[in-house]
Amino acid sequence: MASFTTLTSHAALLSAENVDTDQIIPARFLKTLDKNGLGKQLFFDWRYLPDGKDNPDFVLNKPEAQGAQILIAGDNFGCGSSREHAPWSLMGWGLRAVISTSFADIFKGNSLKNGLLPIVVDAATHAKLVAAVKANPQAQLSIDLAKTELTLPDGSKVTFPIDNFAQHCLLNGIDQLGYILSFDDKIKAYEAAHA
Amino acid sequence: MPKTLFQKVWENHVVVEEAERPSVLYIDLHLIHEVTSPQAFAGLRERGLKVRRPDRTVATMDHSTPTLPKHLQVIDDQARAQLSQLEKNCAEFGIRLFPLGDSKNGIVHVVGPERGFTQPGMTIVCGDSHTSTHGAFGSLAFGIGTSEVEHVLASQCLLQTKPKTMEVRVEGTLGAGVTAKDIILALIAKIGTGGGTGYVLEYTGSAIRALEMEARMTVCNMSIEGGARAGMIAPDDATYQFVAGREFAPKGADFDKAVERWKKLPSDAGSTYDTRVDIDASALEPMITYGTNPGMGVGITKALPSASDFSGAERAAFEKAMTYMGLEDGKPLLGHKVDVVFVGSCTNSRISDLRAAASVMKGRKVASGVRTLVVPGSHDIKKQAEAEGLDRIFTEAGAEWREPGCSMCIAMNGDQLSPGQYAVSTSNRNFEGRQGKGGRTFLASPLTAAAAAITGKVTDVRTLG
Ligand code: SF4
Repeated sequence: MASFTTLTSHAALLSAENVDTDQIIPARFLKTLDKNGLGKQLFFDWRYLPDGKDNPDFVLNKPEAQGAQILIAGDNFGCGSSREHAPWSLMGWGLRAVISTSFADIFKGNSLKNGLLPIVVDAATHAKLVAAVKANPQAQLSIDLAKTELTLPDGSKVTFPIDNFAQHCLLNGIDQLGYILSFDDKIKAYEAAHA
Repeated sequence: MPKTLFQKVWENHVVVEEAERPSVLYIDLHLIHEVTSPQAFAGLRERGLKVRRPDRTVATMDHSTPTLPKHLQVIDDQARAQLSQLEKNCAEFGIRLFPLGDSKNGIVHVVGPERGFTQPGMTIVCGDSHTSTHGAFGSLAFGIGTSEVEHVLASQCLLQTKPKTMEVRVEGTLGAGVTAKDIILALIAKIGTGGGTGYVLEYTGSAIRALEMEARMTVCNMSIEGGARAGMIAPDDATYQFVAGREFAPKGADFDKAVERWKKLPSDAGSTYDTRVDIDASALEPMITYGTNPGMGVGITKALPSASDFSGAERAAFEKAMTYMGLEDGKPLLGHKVDVVFVGSCTNSRISDLRAAASVMKGRKVASGVRTLVVPGSHDIKKQAEAEGLDRIFTEAGAEWREPGCSMCIAMNGDQLSPGQYAVSTSNRNFEGRQGKGGRTFLASPLTAAAAAITGKVTDVRTLG
């Protein structure tokens, strides 16, 4: 897995709440054998008009959103299915972090395993971020994962919660399967005891 | 110390527990299907790993399989490639597969219990969020992502941080026309789609005890729609009877021994949960959703909320949902026109669900202009329904009787709504476009769905007579 240490970028703003995984990537695009190349399908039904052209009103189609590596999303982002295609498509578009007031459990776990950082902030910070990005879409945010610190465009800093182990894995690019397999003896012992 | 059902199952499966680290949890049963597994097998190959316990892994094809009988024509090349990839993967790694057309094929969460794979006290995972269904047996069952599918294939273990527990106590007696689906829709309407985030639910109370196993599966199935990865119900005699004699369940003396073990699972008197929610079953009426997430539901005779009931982001979300659904706020949904009725999905495609729908449709006709699909959850259920003559009740009423699969629940196989159409569906998600781009979904029970098929309108089944 790719490691994640720091990131500085402007942010795209998707204010809707309860954005579910069927919106992030509709089910008809799950018929794939690959993790790559799903950026084009991200938010497909919001992003494209019925004739296939870009919907100019959708945030990711706006010129100012181009190149953003951070998405500021509404509450309970990623609810719904367990499809890992959701973080794959967000990352396929170029995003490395999503900031919200809360995330759905499975989505959060899936994201952390792929190097997409879900950052939870309180409502006040969220409101401040939204206002800052609305005022200046190019305003830069910085994330320092080692310090679990988010720097807002005005220079103020907030810390964000993150599971200790997930942080450790992301910082060091540690692969979780390798970690589990390092306990092979214990797994064998468990199996022997429960055969 | 008194322990809850969840605590017991969790502790029985901990392989490694270290401070500041997630636990390594042993998985008893791993269910896989075509959509969320290909990348996991690809990962195994890249690392040169094997499947650790093919004997604890079971595969079925369901998500993108066709439900029109005749030739079982798969929708497109991509779906076909995914199905044949699963076949290849299972052959290469020695995994039992119930492929398309197999007499034991069906929706993964229907097949597991039906074949006796699902048993009390197990840890069960699947790359599908409705794995929570299996919690109806007192197992800890939850959906995982594809990376985790790879972890379990390779190690039979998962890294898990211990969740909190929520007791959902449902006391009282359900009225006529009110079902398990209405209990769970009422819970989600109460706590919201994020209300259960971080929790494992345990459903308790007299109304839960009174439910048959299939109805308990309906309740647990939608735990995830309230944000909870798992929902559990303590096993009892109904559970043991359901499991007894099934193909992959323990037999004879082994079964008796297993029951002795299972009897120790229910939460001890005096055990505590992190939080509790109460539902009064006697006060429930049939539920229906009106919005674009399963938490946007009301009693069928009630008026929808008004935009002015909300403020800020909640109001924006409500208004967005109303626009998508093409509904007026503050009005009841009763009498709203319906284009399509779908009876099926891992929530409500079991024999009792089909019997319920048939009880309403018997001797009646589907309203003109309404397309009604009845899709059994598995071949076993299909056979059983046909033996009981349910298929004829449906077809004589003018409904379509299909082959098993996920079908219009997820609209990957060509069974889908057209833009703007309204459906009453017994499935579990009403997200924008879930049942077809631009389609609008009202989630409800099989009784309510069948009533809508007959009248062509959102209908209170209790008034049908
Ligand atoms: S029926 Fe629907 S919810 Fe259930 S497994 Fe299939 S797609 Fe998922």
